Amino acid sequence: MIDALPPGVVLILGALLFPLVPARLKPATLLALPVLSALHQWSIPVGSVEAVTFFDYELVLVRADALANVFATVFHIAAFLGALYSLHVRDSIQHVAALAYAGAAMAAVYAGDLITLFIFWEATAVTSVFLIWASRTESSFRAGLRYLLIQVTSGVLLLAGAIFHFSETGSLAFDQLGLGTLATGLIFAAFGIKAAFPFFHNWLQDAYPEATVTGTVFLSSFTTKLAIYCLARGFPGEEILIPIGAAMTAFPIFYAVIENDLRRVLAYSLNNQLGFMVVGVGIGTAAALNGAAAHAFAHIIYKGLLFMSMGAVLFRTGTIKGSELGGLYRSMPLTTVFCIVGAASISAFPLFSGFVAKSFVMTATAEGGYLIPYGLLLFASAGVFHHSGIKIPYFAFFSHDSGRRVKEAPWHMLLAMGIAAVLCIGIGVYPGPLLALLPYDVDPHAYTPTHVVTQLQLLLFSALAFGVLMRTGIYPPELRSTNLDFDWVYRRLIPSGLAPVVRGVTAARAAVADAALSGVTWLMRELGRRHAPEGILGEPWPTGTATAWAAVLLGVCLILFYL
Amino acid sequence: MIEHLPVLQIVIPLLGAPVCLLLRARGAVLVFATAVAWCTFAIALASIGIVLEQGEVVYALGGWVAPLGIEYRIDLLNAFVITVVSGVGAIVLPIGPGIHGHTVSASREYLYYAAFLLCMAGLLGVAITGDIFNVFVFLEISSLAAYTLVALGNQRRALRAAFSYLVMGTIGGTFVLIGIGFLYQMTGTLNMADLARLLPAVLDNRAVHAAFAFLLVGVGIKLAVFPLHQWLPNAYTYAPPAVSAFLAATATKVAYYLLLRLVFTIFGIGFVFGALGIAPLLQVISLAAMFIGALAAINQTDLKRLLAYSSVSQIGYMTLGLSFGSVAGLTGGLVHVANHALMKGGMFLAVACIVARTGTSAIADLRGLGRRMPATMAAFALGGLGLIGVPLTVGFISKWYLVLAAIEAGQMLLAFAILVSSLLAAVYVWRVVEVAWFQEPLQSAPHGEAPLRLLIPTWVLIGASLYFGVATDLTAGIAAQAAEQLLEVAR
Repeated sequence: MIDALPPGVVLILGALLFPLVPARLKPATLLALPVLSALHQWSIPVGSVEAVTFFDYELVLVRADALANVFATVFHIAAFLGALYSLHVRDSIQHVAALAYAGAAMAAVYAGDLITLFIFWEATAVTSVFLIWASRTESSFRAGLRYLLIQVTSGVLLLAGAIFHFSETGSLAFDQLGLGTLATGLIFAAFGIKAAFPFFHNWLQDAYPEATVTGTVFLSSFTTKLAIYCLARGFPGEEILIPIGAAMTAFPIFYAVIENDLRRVLAYSLNNQLGFMVVGVGIGTAAALNGAAAHAFAHIIYKGLLFMSMGAVLFRTGTIKGSELGGLYRSMPLTTVFCIVGAASISAFPLFSGFVAKSFVMTATAEGGYLIPYGLLLFASAGVFHHSGIKIPYFAFFSHDSGRRVKEAPWHMLLAMGIAAVLCIGIGVYPGPLLALLPYDVDPHAYTPTHVVTQLQLLLFSALAFGVLMRTGIYPPELRSTNLDFDWVYRRLIPSGLAPVVRGVTAARAAVADAALSGVTWLMRELGRRHAPEGILGEPWPTGTATAWAAVLLGVCLILFYL
Repeated sequence: MIEHLPVLQIVIPLLGAPVCLLLRARGAVLVFATAVAWCTFAIALASIGIVLEQGEVVYALGGWVAPLGIEYRIDLLNAFVITVVSGVGAIVLPIGPGIHGHTVSASREYLYYAAFLLCMAGLLGVAITGDIFNVFVFLEISSLAAYTLVALGNQRRALRAAFSYLVMGTIGGTFVLIGIGFLYQMTGTLNMADLARLLPAVLDNRAVHAAFAFLLVGVGIKLAVFPLHQWLPNAYTYAPPAVSAFLAATATKVAYYLLLRLVFTIFGIGFVFGALGIAPLLQVISLAAMFIGALAAINQTDLKRLLAYSSVSQIGYMTLGLSFGSVAGLTGGLVHVANHALMKGGMFLAVACIVARTGTSAIADLRGLGRRMPATMAAFALGGLGLIGVPLTVGFISKWYLVLAAIEAGQMLLAFAILVSSLLAAVYVWRVVEVAWFQEPLQSAPHGEAPLRLLIPTWVLIGASLYFGVATDLTAGIAAQAAEQLLEVAR
């Protein structure tokens, strides 16, 4: 019976019952649910397919194969770490939302048809928004609404695509779809929004930093990786994904470098990391797909680790602005170490998990002869090190001393970060188990001399650039001065020539938005006037008028039929 | 006994009405009328079982065989409609008229039950009969009873609303009669099956065209197609709440059935969609109904009137489904008959619960009721989700078929319009939800749920609307079969 249900159902049911659990047992329940759910996932044999009939349509609730398995496994790790990390939270709504959100994401991964996928796709959106709203600030409420709007739009596109696809092919199966028709185009767009393709990415940087300390950790794990999974399932080898992914790796770097909110820096770097996976999917060879999956796996853990360390800083200091932090290594030594492990992983230092994962995609890109994307990826790799590898730990824990003396993060946060750090190093040193999980059988060759040397060169030069910029005072020249105008100075790094363009675009956008808004206001007013209870269309007409309309309609029919 | 089920379907409620007049005593009438209504429902369930098993059932009244005598014919289509009408009737009737204040003085409540049973008998009769003049007779029986029911409302405006309903309804009835007259003149028969056989020979005749125009507009008035819907908002607003629930769930649905019969069985799809080409006209009217009805609903200040305008909008979906002339479209339209009956009936009953506690149905007075009457408002909100068409509610099923039909017909714009108008439904449902849950309760707000006598039927209908949203083989399955039968006959 339970085999017929997708993994994640345990979490969703658990989330529903969670408010009923006595407060004393809540922490234990929180930790037990992901474990139970993982046991359930592993009890489903790989290769099994379970379907139910829902008015004439076969809904494939469970389609267990290696690809789904990798993602569901890492989702479980993320759910467990997130639950451990958020053990101190007393707000049941957050726990319910986080559990249901994780469960929906896992179930979506196992969906074998587009309708099931759509249902869980929307469920991830609807549950995750509460993690943003749980901050209970005005700006988080607004950001949550924008987030929800975009996520639901993506769901609607997916549904529309599914319906078109069904009417074209008569099949709802979620297998390789391939671009070429309107239907698959719509589905592609839906995936693209959720995967934060360029121009569709703003929701990510907008919403994630607004969520609660623990909420961001969950958010960073599931939504976008679900989209990567869907792309890998539906559109492997679509060439268009390569330039899209390459652009995704490159452009967030500029934003990440100038951003002051460190969680937003991480959100931009999340975007950049997704680019690597998208490129991997776009290349579409077995090795590249393996790379995308491995990258997603490693990425969820180290990105979660980074968000956890920044969350711990926010939790203890109450701020996450780079300009207001610094010198925290004295008071939060363990968090510092864990953060550096995460930073080393995301920068793909050899012997850390990011290195193993990234080398697959890089190799596949080079071997496929995609030279320009390869160059962009190289540039992006250097950039990652720059903003995530150095900037995050540097500004938070070192830099100039902000004078803050706080307590070390609570034990359960440290434990969650510690486990994640061990996993990062474990995968980096001994990648065997991860490689065994991957969907395709190819010879992994992560630690070739070429890779190690190339990567070390990149990292060293990137570090050198940072050091030179720091020494010459170009990079963050105002760090020594008061922190109030730090934001402003920080942004001076944007080539000043760009400022007018940015201003012009902003003004044009505002003008368009204003015009649209006033147009909508006018339309609503006019519609309201006509449809209000006292308006012409909102009020019953006198019987005479109504009768006259009956006569008019009869006349129209008679004339039409006469013709 | 079994072979007489078709006639018992009508005779039991029809004779039950005068018995109510004789019984008079309040408790006795209630028990008796409830028994009659449930008996009728049981017969309908039995009939649909027989039809599913054996196919069409033909019953010659008094042993006089058609075309001389009147015959009742039950196929899947009208078995479906009969089940919906009698089911909603059986659930709603026991609520009675005296919900808040004293709508009807206790000593005259028997009139309500009598009129209710008559109305039910009339609606069932329209659906069951195979004789087109009989249709007119039953249509008038149900209409006259409905005018009476509306007039039982506790405001004096109910009288005006009933009068306006009477004028419009009578015009509709007259048009139908004129149409029938033309048909009789052309063919010399009143039996539907006979008409379907004889009409093709004279389809070029202008009189047949005129007959169809009169019938279309006449039925359109009963169906409350835009812009002939003007009787509906006031009638539903001022009628006693239980009556609103019953009429909203059944009266327009039977008119829709009649329209299907006329178009597909009697005149034939080739004539209606081919020669006359009414599909564009129907689509324009449907779209206008969907949008203007929804926009009007958004701007209403009274909950019952909001639901009434929403009905205008939902009727647009049904006629839109008809206009495709395809199996998917008809399935969508038909399944929406049942689905809308459940949702809207349940929502009107939720309003009845509110009125029973607060004495008003103004939206502004609902403030904070979500906390004071959680069960009632939850029922309303679930019904509202159905109107929007959220998956796992019945509304989703209807819209799924309609969108499918629009895409099949290559009408992407219409598919888009269906989705957009669903968004409008989300707006008017959200307005109520926002007031009920996100505002502080009024000082005067009540502190208890509505009486169980009201709450149970409300949740039965809403619960059914959720059940059929998941287990679709019953409603959608029968609707799809009925649609296929109709189109086969039409070909």
